Amino acid sequence: MRILTPMRALSSLSALGVVLVGALLLGLAAGPSGLGVGEILSVLMDRDAAGPAADIVLRVRLPRVLLGALVGASLAVSGVLFQAMLRNPLADPYVLGVSGGAALGGILVLSVGSAFGLGYEAVPPAAFAGCLLTTALLYAIAGVNARFSTTSLLLTGVVFNAFASAAIVFLASMAGLTESASIFLWLIGSLSSIRVEVSGWVAAFLVLGLGCTIPLARGLNLSALGGESAAQLGVDIDRQRRVVLIASSLMVGAAVSVAGLIGFVGLIIPHLLRLLLGPDHRLLIPASALGGAAFLVVCDALARTVLDGRELPVGAITALAGGPLFLWLLRRYHQRVLS
Amino acid sequence: MTGAALCFEGIAVRFGEREVLRGVSLEVPEGAVVALAGRNGAGKTTLLRVASRVLRPSAGRVLIRGAPIDGFSRRDLAKELAVVPQDTPVSFPFRVVEVVLMGRSPHLGVLGFESHADIALARDVMARVGIEEFADRSILELSGGERQLVLIARALVQEPRVLLLDEPTAHLDLAHRVAVLDLVRDFARDGRSALVVSHDLSLSARASDRLALLAEGRVLDCGTPADVLTPENLKTAFGIRADVIQAPDGSPLVVPRSATSGAMS
Repeated sequence: MRILTPMRALSSLSALGVVLVGALLLGLAAGPSGLGVGEILSVLMDRDAAGPAADIVLRVRLPRVLLGALVGASLAVSGVLFQAMLRNPLADPYVLGVSGGAALGGILVLSVGSAFGLGYEAVPPAAFAGCLLTTALLYAIAGVNARFSTTSLLLTGVVFNAFASAAIVFLASMAGLTESASIFLWLIGSLSSIRVEVSGWVAAFLVLGLGCTIPLARGLNLSALGGESAAQLGVDIDRQRRVVLIASSLMVGAAVSVAGLIGFVGLIIPHLLRLLLGPDHRLLIPASALGGAAFLVVCDALARTVLDGRELPVGAITALAGGPLFLWLLRRYHQRVLS
Repeated sequence: MTGAALCFEGIAVRFGEREVLRGVSLEVPEGAVVALAGRNGAGKTTLLRVASRVLRPSAGRVLIRGAPIDGFSRRDLAKELAVVPQDTPVSFPFRVVEVVLMGRSPHLGVLGFESHADIALARDVMARVGIEEFADRSILELSGGERQLVLIARALVQEPRVLLLDEPTAHLDLAHRVAVLDLVRDFARDGRSALVVSHDLSLSARASDRLALLAEGRVLDCGTPADVLTPENLKTAFGIRADVIQAPDGSPLVVPRSATSGAMS
């Protein structure tokens, strides 16, 4: 019998930690000026490193790679949480339009916030509010307590996404943001314009989100067999739902406010890890943080190198990988439900 | 009154305009198996939901060994009382052993890793329920009957004092029905109690000490199965004409004849 023990959890997480370190090194190495791993390590180890290599590694690439890891972790963990909360392996903040709601909140502040004296620092709270509001709407409209509501859930997500995209374009056009690259960032998602002033939010919300939800992991396992059943096993379902909702909204809000709409990370990583490690949320939540971080760092390295001399938005890479996977999952899900 | 393992006092439940239960009072004594029967929609499942506090009654209260269940935390209530639902939605491919171990949740700490004793208990229960050979299979791959056995094992691993079972034998073949009812009898042997909803009157008559018939939102009759399973009661509760004969061991056997009124309505 295979049972999750602290030892097994620890060894799985250590393995993923090694993968993440590898991804970070790859992220630091990738780019137009080729740097070897040895060069990168010597810069990282040396407190007084100077010169062009140190500049590239410490000033240009390291902040971006770290931010990519934080955003990837936040998106993957919130994916797991949405899937657990909605009891649906297809739920993902991007697919359900929740990220779109966050982006809309952010762009609202950017476009009309200055009239109220709001600067860029107001973007994360606004994105969080947009996120929370969209999730609440999703609950109200799709009736997520009903069984087999996948179709209505996904349709609601499609409509939310279309509405959010249209509203973002509208607001950005009004505010004259279309000329800058920022509209592109908000709609497709990119790590190219690092906002150091809000990066701290992403780290703080990720730590807070993990801290609040890892203790609920066992309750989330129980919820997979129905909310009522979980309550009969001692879970305070309302409290669990509130905490998960707020934690995932904080993480998505923070991630979207620095990197825009990067899609499918919350779908790809939890799915892969569920295949590898099983569905137990005690392992799946921290594993998704590590896996999501590694995945987005690698995707960003690809985005920076795949076209010679030009950079792709990382959201394009994740969507190219995630779109087909989503369709495959949807087909499998329907086969299972209808069989 | 307060000595009962589980006691319902004047439970009333309404869903909108519809009054499902209108003052149900029922006792499950310590060490007893009580069967609960009645036609579809009589409120049997509703009563179990009230007992496990996932549904609030509009009137009345539920007591566990004299203490109102409202005074228990969710966790403490789960240590007292386990529920075997009719079926359960499953959204992720948890393995059978993982589902069974979920029953230990009320007894575990924050991160909730199971001890060797928890795992040994789960092994023992799975062997008794007869599901150990598919301990590592995904619950999504099981048949309805196999899944029902897993849910029974999960409830036993919970080590409650009271077991509530909602048609635990609905998807099972005859051999497994008998085996499950034997498990319930064994469970009640050392002072613990069970309330079993069942449509199989003859089988539950054999397995239970008392039988309660629900009709029109009230307890029509409650007592030993032989006293309660009378042609008159069956006519009132189910709208059928039935003969009640004695099995060789003395337990009542219900032999339905034909519907006299409205059983299908």
